[in-house]
Amino acid sequence: MTTPLADFRAGLVAVFPTVAAAVPFALILGQQATAKGLTPAEMLAMSSIVFAGSSQLIAVGLWSTPAPVAALALMAFLVNLRHTLMGASLSGKIAHFGRLRWVAAFLLTDEAWALSERRAIDQPISRTFYFTVALTMFFFWQTASVLGTVFGTYLEHPEAWGLDFAFPAIFIALALGFWKGARRTGPVLVASAVVAVIVHATVPGAWYVIAGAIAGIAAAVITAPREQPAEALAGETTR
Amino acid sequence: MTIDPVNFAAILAMGALTYFTRILGFLIADRLPKSGPVRVALDALPPAVLVAVIAPIVMSGPIEAAAGLVVLLLALRLPLIATVAVGVAVAALLRLAFL
Repeated sequence: MTTPLADFRAGLVAVFPTVAAAVPFALILGQQATAKGLTPAEMLAMSSIVFAGSSQLIAVGLWSTPAPVAALALMAFLVNLRHTLMGASLSGKIAHFGRLRWVAAFLLTDEAWALSERRAIDQPISRTFYFTVALTMFFFWQTASVLGTVFGTYLEHPEAWGLDFAFPAIFIALALGFWKGARRTGPVLVASAVVAVIVHATVPGAWYVIAGAIAGIAAAVITAPREQPAEALAGETTR
Repeated sequence: MTIDPVNFAAILAMGALTYFTRILGFLIADRLPKSGPVRVALDALPPAVLVAVIAPIVMSGPIEAAAGLVVLLLALRLPLIATVAVGVAVAALLRLAFL
């Protein structure tokens, strides 16, 4: 049993690398938004209301005056559709949040999701842990994207510093935690990786995440040992 | 500190659809059975999504692939923050050397 203070600390420790990875991109986002004529107040509004990094970066790239409202909204929906898969997986693990689940959903990011799923392997996700991670990300995302509207010009080529690699590095390290042996996890990883790479190379947009994830899930279902029917026959409840 | 009404409308529309993608998974999961193939699928979801996000990035070039491999090996030993710091440094140095 962990205390709220311990969960708070664990949340801060867990979220620190993802904050360090996200801040440079929030700064660039702010700088790009300024270049497109968006004001700091509009940047703050977007980071608070949308709060989804990659869709915000793409949106700023697409922005023109007047704003193409329908195109921006549709793009945000397609790019963020991966959250639906993440939410489906996380849902049961935070069922004890009660109504706070709908607030948790608003704060759901790739980072908060991945850190929470990693946490859930070892112990239940407490409200304190989740909201420490999610609100810390929220706070730094707002602050850095608004600061970027002022100072972003000093950070124009993040890839020269390797900063664009921070996000995949975090995900690679977290993905290792889900390894349950070559037999169970191997087919999932191979199917997901192969399909994601192929779809990324051939289909424009963000469909590759959805396609890869579905391929990985399908591989898991196909290769899963067939135990369930026998248990059902014996009338046992498995969980 | 001004907000243009059309820009604000675009931000609200983006936000509304993004929130919809976030709650949709919860709404679907509440209606799914908690055992059998669905359970297997949900258990496989986290690694499947993570790998689908990173695979195209890692496969985008030899430098990314090399840095990805370094991260993979380091992550078995080092804490997350050290792994990420070294991964970023390796990517930066390889680009400095070869680009």
